[in-house]
Amino acid sequence: MIKRVVCVSCPVGCEVAVDIADGQVRRIAGNRCPRGEAYARQEAVEPMRVVATSLKVVGGERPLVSVRTDRPVPRRLIPEIMGAVRRLAVEAPVEIGQVLAEDLAGTGARLVATRSVRREGTTGTTAGDPRRQFGERGPAP
Amino acid sequence: MTAHQVEVLVVGGGAAGMAAAAAAAREGARTLLVERDARLGGVLDQCIHPGFGLHRYREELTGPEFAHRLVGEVAACGAEVWTGCTVLEVRPDGPRVRVAGEAGLVEVRPRAVVWATGARERPFGTLLISGTRPAGIYTAGLAQRLVNVHGFLPGRRAIILGSGDIGLIMARRLHLEGVEVVAVVELRPFPGGLLRNVVQCLEDFGIPLLLRHTVAQVHGRDRLSGVTVVEVDDMGRPIPGTETLVEADTLILSVGLIPEAEGIPFVPLDQVNRGPRVDSRFRTEVPWLFVAGNALTVFDLVDAVAQVGEEAGACAARHARGELPRRRPIPLVRGDNVLHLVPTALDPEAPATLYLRVPRPLAVARVEIGPGVLVRNHRGVRPAEMVAVKLPLEAMRELARLPEVEVRVVSG
Repeated sequence: MIKRVVCVSCPVGCEVAVDIADGQVRRIAGNRCPRGEAYARQEAVEPMRVVATSLKVVGGERPLVSVRTDRPVPRRLIPEIMGAVRRLAVEAPVEIGQVLAEDLAGTGARLVATRSVRREGTTGTTAGDPRRQFGERGPAP
Repeated sequence: MTAHQVEVLVVGGGAAGMAAAAAAAREGARTLLVERDARLGGVLDQCIHPGFGLHRYREELTGPEFAHRLVGEVAACGAEVWTGCTVLEVRPDGPRVRVAGEAGLVEVRPRAVVWATGARERPFGTLLISGTRPAGIYTAGLAQRLVNVHGFLPGRRAIILGSGDIGLIMARRLHLEGVEVVAVVELRPFPGGLLRNVVQCLEDFGIPLLLRHTVAQVHGRDRLSGVTVVEVDDMGRPIPGTETLVEADTLILSVGLIPEAEGIPFVPLDQVNRGPRVDSRFRTEVPWLFVAGNALTVFDLVDAVAQVGEEAGACAARHARGELPRRRPIPLVRGDNVLHLVPTALDPEAPATLYLRVPRPLAVARVEIGPGVLVRNHRGVRPAEMVAVKLPLEAMRELARLPEVEVRVVSG
């Protein structure tokens, strides 16, 4: 069976044909560079994606924390991972890079925060005083 | 009103402004960055998907992660930052800039200004779509902010008009959050967004992309009940008899971004880019005023926005020290197959990078700059993907002899 894959490794967008039988790749054609071959092989056998979404935060300065998987996961598992994330909530504060869940859908992937969320009422906003120095409170979250 | 003296004032705390402020401060200029939101980051804050930073940081980051790194750069460079403060007026005499915050008005007196206010979404009202005016119509960026920052879903069954990147990304985002995305509708015969996003946001989830179609009419009294989708001809005109009624409670618009330059009405705009005309140092026709990022033209990649911000910030700092006299710039003119083009003139004394966008895709393309001075071979060019061309100093020497320089993108 020939699977056609549009390579997205760079803007050229080669259309790569992957000849696949019983899950085994027999031939790859149409790519113009080695990255295209690697991408098309993976894409034909098991497409992998990083999942980015957000998670509920309790007691935070904002209601959500943005999160992502720390590695690409099989695309077919995205609905299961989204379902698991939807059932989770974390308590503020959250630090960027903090691991919020382990081994999502048995993939070994971890869910990490992509931003920090402080506790409610402790925001370091400098909105009240235009002359206040940035350094006094540290960078805005 | 209190007065505040600085060397470089940067207006806007998104990617361009943060990079500009960090670069200006690193050049030794006393720098102030003003942002109207309570936090730095600009639109990156709501762009929670990955795909940022591959050029600048050599790894794939999400928007908030990219912003976090730039916030760190700003904090490390010693620039002063005022968040929750907005610029009311830039007065060209002086210059003097009025900034308002909760504590009142401050007059900032800078030697140079970097304008980095980004772009605004083209609103529904400009599309001249007939029908009622119900609730449930959102620009894509607004919907993105509601979903990713505030935690609200805009509706249950959505149709997206326009296949720009934010529209494609919102198609995936809404689908993942359980909203039924009926289709993405695109007037042109090709998608408006990056190929990567067409594959990973639509094809991955089986969301149809209707090319050569548009929304002709909206329906519904209080809330949107549906839209009329129609096929269009080569000129983009609806073809009678092809109308289909599509039920939806939400219409998301991803129909373009317009650079924000209303605060500096005294500089001339480029009619195609819709942002100010600048030379290759990102300086406008006003010697102390520099412009960076999406306020110039809408870029695809935040990496390029940060690069431009850095260059503009460094040049503003040099101007503030009196080290960047304005030379007669060589105007750039658009030749065949060139739509957006930044800068719009060249400073002959420095290398430059041109950022351009083609109106028509070409499978194999050549970028020609000046009659035969510089030719760059490019593989494919697409309207959705900006082309960057570096001009080394040697090429500039040759170009400096010309009264104007034509930029063309030709096949082959």
